[in-house]
Amino acid sequence: MPRIRPTRTEAIVLRQRSLGEADRICVLFSPTRGRIEAVAKGVRKPLSKMSGHVEPLSRGQFGLAPGRSLDIITDAQTLDSWPELHDDVVRMTEALALSELVDRSTDIDVAAGPLYQLLRHSFDALAVTPSPKAIRWWFTLRFLDQQGYRPELSACVRCRSEVGPEGNGYAAGEGGVVCQRCYESGIGQRLSSPVFRLLRYMRRSSCEATAQVRVDADASAELERHLRSSLEQTLDSRLRSRSFAEDLARAETIGRSAALAATAKEREE
Amino acid sequence: MQRSAATAPTIARLIDAFHRLPGIGPKSAQRLAYHVLRAPRSEAEALAEALLDVKDSTRLCGLCQNITDADPCAICMDPQRSDATICVVEEPLDVAAIERAGVHRGRYHVLHGAISPMDGVGPEDLKVRELLGRLGDTSVEEIILAMNPNLEGEATAAYLSRVIGAMGVRITRIAHGLPVGADVEYADERTLRAAMTHRVEIDRQAGAD
Repeated sequence: MPRIRPTRTEAIVLRQRSLGEADRICVLFSPTRGRIEAVAKGVRKPLSKMSGHVEPLSRGQFGLAPGRSLDIITDAQTLDSWPELHDDVVRMTEALALSELVDRSTDIDVAAGPLYQLLRHSFDALAVTPSPKAIRWWFTLRFLDQQGYRPELSACVRCRSEVGPEGNGYAAGEGGVVCQRCYESGIGQRLSSPVFRLLRYMRRSSCEATAQVRVDADASAELERHLRSSLEQTLDSRLRSRSFAEDLARAETIGRSAALAATAKEREE
Repeated sequence: MQRSAATAPTIARLIDAFHRLPGIGPKSAQRLAYHVLRAPRSEAEALAEALLDVKDSTRLCGLCQNITDADPCAICMDPQRSDATICVVEEPLDVAAIERAGVHRGRYHVLHGAISPMDGVGPEDLKVRELLGRLGDTSVEEIILAMNPNLEGEATAAYLSRVIGAMGVRITRIAHGLPVGADVEYADERTLRAAMTHRVEIDRQAGAD
């Protein structure tokens, strides 16, 4: 039987899960092959030479040999380890959200060059930006665009009339913005004027420019709601990694409440 | 698993049972089944009893959440150990590994997993609430986070450091870098970066000995 030579591909590691005693299944995202599930043998052992090269949120060059059901990673060399995405939990959370989107929307062995470049560029930006959340918003708009769900931001998705700067609504299920008249007739959620302007600005600007925009807490929460609704319409389910962002935001409150409860208990005793 | 008619159904059942165990493939499952078959009855009975016993008589320690047959467990009851430090680990096997090394003389807390944002595993799925309950005890001075140095471990450590930090308890995390016996040339960037960041000064006196 002829020996099958390993193929080489560049890829971003999206996620991993344990397999057997010492192996892991890595989900790789390659520009030429799309999503690839491959086994990294022995990487859970301390002396594995490959373990650090197959960590999620890193980009590398991988040798892949066909296995019985999944490919086997024969060698791996890191090209970008994005240490900032691992050392800073806020950046990590945003990077995981992008990874989850890509993981859940791409198919095995289908080339995905533009999405790969978008993810790589977004990870580069996330590593240095002062505003990680803005990079995710910017990525989400382009991701929706590439998936064929580009939100309409110029004309009302209901009556096709041109929308004004104020009083509009956002209807994720309908595919974008609705005019004041349609919104007042009960279609969509309120779209405030600053968020509408921000959406249009993000559409035409680079991620670096988007990261410079100052967004107050109310506008940020509103934008999150609209983008989340659009994504959930596209993916037909809730994003799991966003729950961790919520847990993280609550963490200090939980700690302070636990400390107060402990002090009260001590006083009672 | 597909079996031929040549395999008796009772043996096939045993092979299937072994095959469900982690790390046991079809060939190993067959070998184990035939080993049990050839072994004396007393050996098979001892194996069956041990399997049932482990299910009947083990529980989680009410304090550290480790698997134990007595509550509180032997480590939590040991008066020689310090109450000032709690080493937080992901799995019961991590306690066994640290105990083998003999490098920690304080208490433990087992989370039974790690936060995995992409799999939807959050803090409420782990024994975090039980850990916070233990920190009300004023004798606890330091929490040592001994999570695995991977993404899930980092997410778990980041979450715990925020919660515990708000409680005013000192938090440390075990160092990560090159393992003993590894080659620098094969190390990845992040490992080398961690090793460089956490480098330690060489004790001159010790070096001279």
